[in-house]
Amino acid sequence: MNIGTRKILDRSFTAVGIGSIVVMALALMIVVVPIVYNGIGAVFFTGTVEHRKMLHAEFRRGDSQYLSSEVASSNRYRAKVYDMLTGFEAELETMAPEKKAEYQAKYSQVRTALQALLGPLPGDPEPMLTRFKYGQTRWEKAEEKLHDLLYESKWDNTNPNVMGKEYFVSRAIGFEGTSLARLFPYVKDNLENMLLPEFTFYWGFITDSSVDSHFFGGIWPEIQGTFFLAIGAMLFAFPLGVVAAVYFTEYAKPGFLNSMLRSANSTLAGVPSIVFGMFGLAFFINTMKVSESKSVIAGALTLAIMILPTIIRAAEEAILAVPKTYREASLSLGSTKWNTIATVILPAALPGILTGGVISLGRAAGETAPIIFTAAVSVGSAIGLADVFSSPTPALSWNIYNLASEHEAATQIRHVQYGMVLALVTIVLLLNLSAIVLRARISKKLKG
Amino acid sequence: MLMITDVRNTSESVPLQKTTREIYLPPQRSTITGGGTAHIAAREFSVYYGEFEAVKKVSADILSKYVTAIIGPSGCGKSTFLRAINRMNDLIPSCHTTGALLFDGEDIYGKFTDEVLLRKKVGMVFQKPNPFPKSIFDNIAYGPRLHGVNDKKKLMEIVERSLRKAAIWDEVCDRLDKNALGLSGGQQQRLCVARTLAVEPEVLLLDEPTSALDPKATAKIEDLIQELRGSYTIMIVTHNMQQASRVSDSTMFFYEGILVEHAPTAQLFVNPKDPMTEDYITGRFS
Ligand SMILES: Nc1ncnc2c1ncn2[C@@H]1O[C@H](COP(=O)(O)OP(=O)(O)O)[C@@H](O)[C@H]1O
Ligand SMILES: [Mg+2]
Repeated sequence: MNIGTRKILDRSFTAVGIGSIVVMALALMIVVVPIVYNGIGAVFFTGTVEHRKMLHAEFRRGDSQYLSSEVASSNRYRAKVYDMLTGFEAELETMAPEKKAEYQAKYSQVRTALQALLGPLPGDPEPMLTRFKYGQTRWEKAEEKLHDLLYESKWDNTNPNVMGKEYFVSRAIGFEGTSLARLFPYVKDNLENMLLPEFTFYWGFITDSSVDSHFFGGIWPEIQGTFFLAIGAMLFAFPLGVVAAVYFTEYAKPGFLNSMLRSANSTLAGVPSIVFGMFGLAFFINTMKVSESKSVIAGALTLAIMILPTIIRAAEEAILAVPKTYREASLSLGSTKWNTIATVILPAALPGILTGGVISLGRAAGETAPIIFTAAVSVGSAIGLADVFSSPTPALSWNIYNLASEHEAATQIRHVQYGMVLALVTIVLLLNLSAIVLRARISKKLKG
Repeated sequence: MLMITDVRNTSESVPLQKTTREIYLPPQRSTITGGGTAHIAAREFSVYYGEFEAVKKVSADILSKYVTAIIGPSGCGKSTFLRAINRMNDLIPSCHTTGALLFDGEDIYGKFTDEVLLRKKVGMVFQKPNPFPKSIFDNIAYGPRLHGVNDKKKLMEIVERSLRKAAIWDEVCDRLDKNALGLSGGQQQRLCVARTLAVEPEVLLLDEPTSALDPKATAKIEDLIQELRGSYTIMIVTHNMQQASRVSDSTMFFYEGILVEHAPTAQLFVNPKDPMTEDYITGRFS
């Protein structure tokens, strides 16, 4: 090959290399940016007076004096709305029966939309569910609900050959000629005065428990559950894995049993995680009866079995990478085999062992399938440390799935779902980052 | 033949056997030099790697408190023989031995021999300096700690004494807590000698201790061997004929696993009995 072609090939390889890195980075951006952008919205957002009311009532947080002045000011604007409602209700009574029935139906839609926007109206019974006790707590949601109030959504199904099309009809037109017609422009113009939007930094999203299945409040039960499960799994898997790795590398005699154990270990590493979930249910709960039903301990044990092969492999590799000369030096000084392992081999292998451990910790924190049957519940409060043997727990990985797909109002709480995803991604990233830092620090210490 | 009394202090000598003594031979009187007692004795001693016989039926007496050099071309079994003495070959699964190798009259490969105790008495310094990735202090204190010394003051004494014996104290006394891997190669090797001396061995095995070092560091190690001569039984494998003649009292010449000649150094280098030895030391092959 002549030099010219070689140069061209060289350059094109470089170009392809850089190109693929750029594509990877872009793909990462496409995944990460929306997660971060939307997830941050769970903590930083434009909150309304309803949010501050909720915080004060549910979490005893906020300045009550300031809040009551806010509520008073907002009520001044709301009073007009309520007056218009009472006025229209009186007007209804004066109408002819069929006209009254027609308006009655439309009017009850308006009331529902107003309840969603502002919270319970005067004369409404005290709602049972917390979610109905407050109006919209987030400004962007309030704007959506305002749209629902101003426009009625209809479907155009005239053409049977295409899918129906949604279109909006102004409600104000429907009430033309009645006293309620004024309501719509009034609410539109005075929504800010009624809801008092304000930039909000809701740090409690991380530390608060959820209120009324994540309609309000934070995700602490999930975060705590994730930590309990991941750390619990580590407590079992890490010591066991290191001991197994020491056995494989230092003590096992080559033979049938040894090769069986090794291939079992490799096979385990490739088993789909849902199988571990089923195994955990069948073995730890039904057979071993570590707990009555789902519990943190059963989930932690299941996760431990899942990450065990990774820990064993990482530890084995780290131990095998320790220079032979350390072993020789130690033995030549009259050290026993066990002493050599404990004082020379394991300390020198520590960076690799710990890296494997922390990466497994991240994996345990992120896995969903193994805990579905063994530990996870959708709704629950943070459990005490003493309850890990008997109680199940909410956990980020499971609840992200659950809130997005099975929650009765999944579309209402998108910000919570994104917040959970961001929390999980952050936890896993931080764990991996700490693995890198830990490794660098220990290797530096070992290298002097 | 002259009877020479054993110069070693044998009063506190602990037997190597864990339980029953398997064989006991009285200290061998030297067959090669007029004096001294054999500290290590080989009789028809062979070392195999699987089927391959790397050391072939060697019979020799290594004299107490002498410096014995082992020379010979690469691959002739020098390291194998040396490592057989403190049973470092145990690390190689395929390795086994026949014949007898005795330390103080006790069979090193006896069924009941405690190899840990043996290695405490027979220290080794390797070709490449191999300090632990720990502080200088912890490197030296490693052996004493293993053998039960935990008192900080006592350890400090041992560390200082060992470093002084290894002629490196002045260079490291102000940074004992620094990582030993930060030292130069020559310093590391002397540190390894000090680490070995700290467990108070009777025998010091040195496997090409200077081959990875520059001439200046080599000279320091040679000076160190001169210092230690007379206090320890020293065996040094070397490629360097000048080094062997400078530092040793007697020299063994190995060729393809066979001990060709074993004689006082002056005699072997000036007046070799075997023509093969002569060829080797005059550089006709290497
Ligand atoms: N671990 C081993 N397995 C098999 N053969 C070995 C091993 N170590 C050394 N040998 C062989 O044994 C012979 C002697 O080796 P060695 O004692 O290292 O020689 P020297 O130190 O004199 O250069 C050589 O032929 C070498 O190839
Ligand atoms: Mg060698």
